[in-house]
Amino acid sequence: MPASPPDEERAALHVEDLDVAYGRALSALRSVSLTVPHGGVVTLLGANGAGKTTLLRAVSGTLRLHRGAITGGRIRYGDTALDGRDPVAAVRAGVVQVPEGRRVFAGLTVDENLRSGGLGLGRRSPALVREGRERVFTLFPRLAERPHQAAGLLSGGEQQMLAIGRALMAAPRLLLLDEPSLGLAPRMVARIAEVVREINAQGTAVLLVEQNAGMALSLADHAYVLEVGEIRLSGPADELARTDAVRRLYLGEETGTDHPSDAGQGVA
Amino acid sequence: MTGLLDNLLSGLALGSVYALVALGFVVIFKASGVLNFAHGSLLLLGGYLIAVLHDDLGFAGALALAVVVTAAVAGALDRFLLQRGEPDPHAAHVQTIVTIGLDIVLVTDLSRRIGGDLLSLGDPWGDSVHDLGPVTVADSRLAAIVVSAVVIGAVFALFRYTAWGLSLRAAAEDLEAASLMGVRLVRVRTLAWCLAGALAALAAVFLVAFPAPGLERTTGQIALKAFPAAILGGMTSPGGALAGSVLIGLTEAFVVGYQTELHVLGEGFGDVAPYAVMVLVLLVRPTGLFGARGAARV
Repeated sequence: MPASPPDEERAALHVEDLDVAYGRALSALRSVSLTVPHGGVVTLLGANGAGKTTLLRAVSGTLRLHRGAITGGRIRYGDTALDGRDPVAAVRAGVVQVPEGRRVFAGLTVDENLRSGGLGLGRRSPALVREGRERVFTLFPRLAERPHQAAGLLSGGEQQMLAIGRALMAAPRLLLLDEPSLGLAPRMVARIAEVVREINAQGTAVLLVEQNAGMALSLADHAYVLEVGEIRLSGPADELARTDAVRRLYLGEETGTDHPSDAGQGVA
Repeated sequence: MTGLLDNLLSGLALGSVYALVALGFVVIFKASGVLNFAHGSLLLLGGYLIAVLHDDLGFAGALALAVVVTAAVAGALDRFLLQRGEPDPHAAHVQTIVTIGLDIVLVTDLSRRIGGDLLSLGDPWGDSVHDLGPVTVADSRLAAIVVSAVVIGAVFALFRYTAWGLSLRAAAEDLEAASLMGVRLVRVRTLAWCLAGALAALAAVFLVAFPAPGLERTTGQIALKAFPAAILGGMTSPGGALAGSVLIGLTEAFVVGYQTELHVLGEGFGDVAPYAVMVLVLLVRPTGLFGARGAARV
């Protein structure tokens, strides 16, 4: 990883003591802190409703579309404050989210979907768009075969690739991935994992939100476990994968002991 | 035979004017999920501006200024009265109701100014006609067809090739996903309203040109015939709006042209025909001619 110290500081996501509420009353996140270092892969695990997607919305600035708001704490990416900003600010700063459930523009062609990924960057020269498209097509040859097909007619796996490719068109330095394995066949899940590794190797940091803990922990350097709006555990991914609580709750393994309290590396 | 060609041409001319209006409906609905009931009054505003300005500025100058002002008014209505800052995907219904109120305010004020007059827009075609083979056709109708075709073509190109067009189509498909791509939802939407306003002002010219008598306070209501055209086309499809408009225009022209033969339907069925066609088409295709399933995003 080519990371000189100042660059590292400039390109890291810091979430500090974040509180988020929906409709001014329903508290979704309480005092959540999390860091994604430059070029790193961090995973955020948790059950349905734990607040994983809420955290991503807070970072990408889409909370307001869901009548949610940040009620405390800070989010910054390098020098740029991202809390309370609109999604354009996040995209401009280099933080791009791939939404849960893929959400490709079904009526637009594959190529138009990719073009739409570059919209947030303002006037980009056609050369940059071509470059981005090239990169995506190298990563996903399947998409290169059908640029003029409507995205809604692609298979689930292809749509997930397109959703990731679309985000890559914005040349992100940090990619937020919300459940990329959701609803995909195991073979496709493995392919997505490969892709995440490849994207990371090209220098893009990844914050991976997953219910598929096995896949996520194998990819990540660092992991956080979110439970009912609070970070319960955090630590290096391989260590966390060995703890009883994570093995029992998220990897579905039988364990002898029953002491989640002495599991992880303490509450973050 | 002459009657057939006659009706065909006037149907096309009517249809191309309706298409300008219907395209505005569709652009607004696509961008904001709002059915703009104030569209007729925007058209009336555009026409009124041309009527009062053309003496001083000449027709072209008046038209240009009216198009710009109507676009600005439409954009401002959306930005400051409907959107008011944050994009809110759940507010489309309320905003649709608000446009009814806006329509009443605009029409009331413009009616007061126009009174019982018939205003001329000072268009260059006047009542001159051309002989095209066996039929005689008003120049204003030929101009309507040509100008509409060019403008509509340009709008389609905007949709397909510009960043704004792509932003609009992406946002219409999925507001949140578009916003995650950094699409400026507020701006894209306001520009859509501006475009619709500009199209409405342009449509006013041809709607009141010969053989219509001139601009009167009810001109805005005539524009509402573009409404069934837009619905026919599926409401979210610009191509559908175009097809729907031509269909409505032809229907109206033929019903009026063969009025004596269709006497059994009663006098003035031409005014009803667009709605009858809309109902018939929707009975067979509930989502319109080109509407996608679930096209109603409100």
